[in-house]
Amino acid sequence: MLNKKELELKSLEYRKTILNIIYKSGAGHTAGSLSCIDILNVLYNNILKINPENFNSIDRNRYVQSKGHTVEALYTVLCDKNFFTKEDLNTLNKFDSHFIGHPTRKVPGVEHNTGALGHGLSVAVGMAIGFKLNNKPFKVYTLLGDGELSEGSIWESLLSASKYKLDNLVIIIDRNGLQITGKTEEVNPIEPLMDKFLSFGLSVKQVNGNSVSELDAIFNKVPFDEKKPNLIIANTIKGKGISFIENEVVWHHKLPSDEEYKKAIEELNTQLENYK
Amino acid sequence: MNQKANLEVFAETLLDLAKKDNDIIVVTSDSRGSGKLTQFGKELPNQIIEVGIAEQNLVGICAGLSAVGKKVFGVSPSSFLTARSLEQIKNDIAYSNHPVTLVGISAGVSYGQLGSTHHSIHDLAVLRTINNISVVVPSDNFETRESIKEAVNYTKPLFIRFGKKPMQKIHNDNDSFKIGKGTKIRDGKDILFVTTGETAQRVLLASEILEKEKIFCSHINLHTIKPFDNDLFLNSLSKVKAIISVEEHSESGGLGEKCASLISQNNIQIPFKIIGFPDEYMINGSQSDVLDHYNMSPEKLAKIAKDLMN
Repeated sequence: MLNKKELELKSLEYRKTILNIIYKSGAGHTAGSLSCIDILNVLYNNILKINPENFNSIDRNRYVQSKGHTVEALYTVLCDKNFFTKEDLNTLNKFDSHFIGHPTRKVPGVEHNTGALGHGLSVAVGMAIGFKLNNKPFKVYTLLGDGELSEGSIWESLLSASKYKLDNLVIIIDRNGLQITGKTEEVNPIEPLMDKFLSFGLSVKQVNGNSVSELDAIFNKVPFDEKKPNLIIANTIKGKGISFIENEVVWHHKLPSDEEYKKAIEELNTQLENYK
Repeated sequence: MNQKANLEVFAETLLDLAKKDNDIIVVTSDSRGSGKLTQFGKELPNQIIEVGIAEQNLVGICAGLSAVGKKVFGVSPSSFLTARSLEQIKNDIAYSNHPVTLVGISAGVSYGQLGSTHHSIHDLAVLRTINNISVVVPSDNFETRESIKEAVNYTKPLFIRFGKKPMQKIHNDNDSFKIGKGTKIRDGKDILFVTTGETAQRVLLASEILEKEKIFCSHINLHTIKPFDNDLFLNSLSKVKAIISVEEHSESGGLGEKCASLISQNNIQIPFKIIGFPDEYMINGSQSDVLDHYNMSPEKLAKIAKDLMN
């Protein structure tokens, strides 16, 4: 278990790794990975208890990353948890590498192949039903993008989650407000989100999704209500941590130039320095 | 001998198996009745998951259940299962490699007058192009029963489709069955009929008509469309004068085109006719009328065989 300061330091290091692997490999979803990295940090370090030793066991928690395109955040955390080496990670996007631009189970630690949006929640619901059927105490966590909420299959899955009273299911929405074309509320408005989820029978909480302490606290409150699926609207900043990437639509999958990369790392190093 | 519908045999077989193995789970999309699974639901209420009319969700949930150790059968009309949920089949089952069995009920033109929305004449074609999923189309009660039994512990994603009309007996109970291996039903020197699924029944009758006219047919039945039994097919070509493939499916992308590809890639010159549904607005009628209209009556099949011989 990491404390607040350790988690915050991890987040800064993770952000450096995300930028580094995207810069070196020449492709990636920069801003989305930066918005969700604090969520993955808290999950993998303090909540999930998934590690290389127990990964092949049926009896453990599950994490399904439905927003597959921010795979660089997932790879970064899995690498830190020793699922594979830094050398493995450096093969990202190289010919014949398993480290491709969306999660696949060929990469150790990845639970489910995602990339097409609107898929992960149904799979997570199936896992959570399976645990209930077997009377197992494990939980299933899944991370969805806010743009992804336009997919109809999400709402099909929510009906089943509610029907089967999946209080062992934890749905996290990375609510960064942007998608590839622009603001979610301009592309295809999804608000009022809270009301929608409540009307689907979920127990809903809202947190600052870039605050490791708020995330840690909310995950420890699961289940929020008996017999209701848990949903966390994690309000995040797309591109969080790098001044010139934050809230800039263009950074959805833009690559940093040499100069931008240098500047971004300098900003993160300064934040790290301020900690010491 | 008149037997049951493959649909009924599927449901009975699955219920028998599931009573002995509580890891077997059925997932339905308001398809419990049409899948003859009402009894299953009554006897094993904890082994059936109902998602309502939501086929995409059905397939995703199947993947998730499989990932935590369940032996999962997703049951839904083939038309919706393989078109509406194609991306879930591709990504969540096949690409993610979860050994789920997807069962397409009321396949082909089983729904007759309900029309093209309900027909699945595309399913074999689209699933042939999806990596890492096997495709099985049983021809009778025996193949249905055996394919469901083998499906329980099959280690890969699997799709099985059949109709809902009573069948004639083709195979004996002690015949061998293995996914990926076709069977020889009749041996003759003139015409080779190649079938998959329930149209084998019509070809049996066509072969009998032809035999009375001294035209002797071979008949091989390839219940597995993928992986295809190339050896059985190619080894059956040597002594016949012409080939006819028959399937309750579009002429495009199914059994016939698989055979055509094998013939051409093996430099074989032989008269060959694909019988399936053409690319047109489908005629309206009962399943039987539609099959008859598109050359799948025993009489029309016999005539096509005779024309091909000349």
